[in-house]
Amino acid sequence: MDSTILQMQDITKTFPGVKALDGVNLSVREGEIHAICGENGAGKSTLMKVLSGVYPHGSYDGKILFNGQELKASSIKDSEAEGIVIIHQELALVPYLSVAENLFLGNETKRRGLIDWQEANQRAAKLLARVGLAESPVTPVGQLGVGKQQLVEIAKALNKDVKLLILDEPTAALNDDDSEHLLHLLRELREQGITCIIISHKLGEIEDIANNTTIIRDGQTVESLDMADPKSTQSRIIQGMVGRALSARYPDREPNIGQVVFEVRDWSVHHPTQHERIVVNKASLDVRAGEIVGIAGLMGAGRTELAMSIFGHSYGRGISGTVLMDGRPVDTSTVGKAIKAGIAYVSEDRKKFGLNLLEDIRVNTTAAGLGKISSRGFVNGNKEIQIAEHYRKSMRIKAPSVLAKTGNLSGGNQQKVVLGKWLHTAPELLILDEPTRGIDVGAKYEIYTIINELAASGKAVLVISSELPELLGICDRIYTLAYGRMTGQLPKSEATQERLMELMTIEKEIVR
Amino acid sequence: MTLKTELKDIFTKNLRTSGIYIAFVLIVVLFTIMTDGLLLSPINLTNIILQYSYVLILALGMIMVIVAGHIDLSVGSLVALTGAVSAVLVIKTGAPWWVGILAAVAVGALCGVWQGFWVAYVGIPAFIVTLAGMLLFRGLTYEVLNNVSLSPFPGEYQQVAGGFLNGLLGGYGFDMFTVLIGVVAVAGLVWSQYSTRRGRVKFGQDVESMAMFIAKNALSAIVILWFFWQISISRGMPIVLMILGVLVIAYHVLTTRTVFGRHIYAIGGNLSAARLSGVNVKKVNFWIFINMGMLAGVAGAVFSSRSNGAQPGAGNMFELDAIAACFIGGASTTGGVGRVTGAIVGGLVMAVLSNGMQLMGVGASAQQIVKGLVLLLAVAFDIYNKRRAGEAS
Repeated sequence: MDSTILQMQDITKTFPGVKALDGVNLSVREGEIHAICGENGAGKSTLMKVLSGVYPHGSYDGKILFNGQELKASSIKDSEAEGIVIIHQELALVPYLSVAENLFLGNETKRRGLIDWQEANQRAAKLLARVGLAESPVTPVGQLGVGKQQLVEIAKALNKDVKLLILDEPTAALNDDDSEHLLHLLRELREQGITCIIISHKLGEIEDIANNTTIIRDGQTVESLDMADPKSTQSRIIQGMVGRALSARYPDREPNIGQVVFEVRDWSVHHPTQHERIVVNKASLDVRAGEIVGIAGLMGAGRTELAMSIFGHSYGRGISGTVLMDGRPVDTSTVGKAIKAGIAYVSEDRKKFGLNLLEDIRVNTTAAGLGKISSRGFVNGNKEIQIAEHYRKSMRIKAPSVLAKTGNLSGGNQQKVVLGKWLHTAPELLILDEPTRGIDVGAKYEIYTIINELAASGKAVLVISSELPELLGICDRIYTLAYGRMTGQLPKSEATQERLMELMTIEKEIVR
Repeated sequence: MTLKTELKDIFTKNLRTSGIYIAFVLIVVLFTIMTDGLLLSPINLTNIILQYSYVLILALGMIMVIVAGHIDLSVGSLVALTGAVSAVLVIKTGAPWWVGILAAVAVGALCGVWQGFWVAYVGIPAFIVTLAGMLLFRGLTYEVLNNVSLSPFPGEYQQVAGGFLNGLLGGYGFDMFTVLIGVVAVAGLVWSQYSTRRGRVKFGQDVESMAMFIAKNALSAIVILWFFWQISISRGMPIVLMILGVLVIAYHVLTTRTVFGRHIYAIGGNLSAARLSGVNVKKVNFWIFINMGMLAGVAGAVFSSRSNGAQPGAGNMFELDAIAACFIGGASTTGGVGRVTGAIVGGLVMAVLSNGMQLMGVGASAQQIVKGLVLLLAVAFDIYNKRRAGEAS
């Protein structure tokens, strides 16, 4: 058990103008779970791409020893032949193909050039049993949830005789149940002798499962921690990642709460395609000026659906209920009207719904409020630069200029651009959906600071988050949502993770 | 930044935007040498303008369609239909020339409403809608013309594509008016460049060095002045060049300086984000197609004027010339990227290629092969650059 399976020595990888990796060392023992931590942009993914052959041998400096032999992979195929399989954050499954078809894609069992489906399905069933997935091999992958798709990916890796499994943020998109199941599976695989490298931002998870943790910062190895050592705590890892001890993960704040600004009454939303399904059922909530209110709920509880249906009816059908701003009912049936009513919605997926990654900071900042800087349909270019520059400074966006493309920014800076964009519309209420998803620890703190500043300036803020500590850390009051219903609300003083979780899992009657 | 690194950047970092201009210069130089200077002779320059203006007009609308993430395959047929309607009115019923032109534009707009409705409000992919339009409008052309060609147009109508504004300010071996237009064009260009630069400096943005700024503008000024001088000593200012010039400026401003233009890029760059930013996506798409239809009407009028009549088979494959011009000019196949100036230069690349090969006596078959390869290489080059940029980030 104690032999080293993988040695990466002095790995240096440069892109034009950027040194992504600068002499990284990584040593992984056979049969362990090895975590890699680091802020976004620290070089974790690049390192794994070097290891898995995405960047071929020769395009980087340094040496990789796998099972004592030098690895010179020139493609993913080469590294897979050695038993190294990487599972990316964005799953690489074909939604319209069945589980079995996906499992053997590019690796089909053939008999005289034809695929033997009977045998394939049988083998698939065995693989699925190994990962604890009770689904038929002929189910189309698109019908499975993200958690189950992840298991299919792992089954696919097992089929390739994996020795070293690399998982890039495997639980980022999973709910707690699915995460727990996945971590359990990883422990089982460890007992079967499969070595595993896991990249994760969820430090609790790492503490829970990893034998060793290597921390990378700015393309260099900072240290490797033995997790059996009681001194290897979460805050110890954070310290290594950010290069300083974070005194608090949430900035202090003195709330100054005023009148009710925003109120929703009896809000109901039906599923866009399955009309009889009620996704949000008579939900009511209110937010006061200067108040930060959280919405907690498990995956599928209807959090994003609630927010998006309020914001311009961007989700769902058969929407009913009232939205009130400052006590007066307002029409939010199109995004334009919602913006006019003073509502802003920062979506959970900034790349998909928040930014035009082809354009620069300037254009993105003004995209939702072009009317404010134009007259008779003409955009005032100078004013636009002035405004973008204002938000670049006040949000502390790290970019050489507002003419830098948003596609080249890190996750945290992209999120700041999105926040700037919505602040430019001068909203009364900001709905922030997973505002810190996929953002590194240091940038999270900055985002929290910005949220606090917004509340301090009298705005009403509604935060949706899957991370309960985050809600407990920043909110004055937290609503819980379960199966589309509001199941309770707790003020900060009474809220604990346990009590919230209780409310989040109330089933009452399951609405179909 | 120094002038030297800026010059280097043009050929390295910024190759994706500057590539089309470099390619254009290379092609012009190549054909000038191969035709012993005939390509750049005053008479031939005038001919290029007269011959290819319709492609450039179509490219102006097409670039907006492509940036928004659509395609329009129907413009060739629409050029035929609008030209046919105009011809029937002017030649058969004896309506005045301007009625014919207005009718062409109106019919184009109407067809744009039709296609825009299906794309924007019903949600059918533009590829399908305009493929249907390609057949539909061609069929209507045959109906309108009763399967026969109509010609000739009266003199005024022919002036649209074949006429010159000569001697307005007198001629002295060269046409004064033409030279004056050239000077105005240069002044306008330099002024707009300078005011943009001043705005950026004022708000603390990085700008290119003064030396680079002057070098760029001086080069453009020389090329423009030389071009206008050449045509002024030939036949003077073509009317169609005036039309084209006004349209290019109008559409450049529309795409870069207006809310509508911004919305086009937002839709093409990230449809979901545009929708969640309050962009009325349906309305913008609807108007993009109406606009394309109107420009097809303009091109229909110009083309019928140039060919002095309307033929049922007119405008065949024009859509492909216009689409090629956009992609050669750096538009992205997935939307969100593309510029009016790029599309115009892309159209000129196609024009110079055709014209140069004609001067050399290359057959039509070989011309098509070369044009096809150039289109393929242009897009391959773009994708190569995109990938390189992606790896760097």
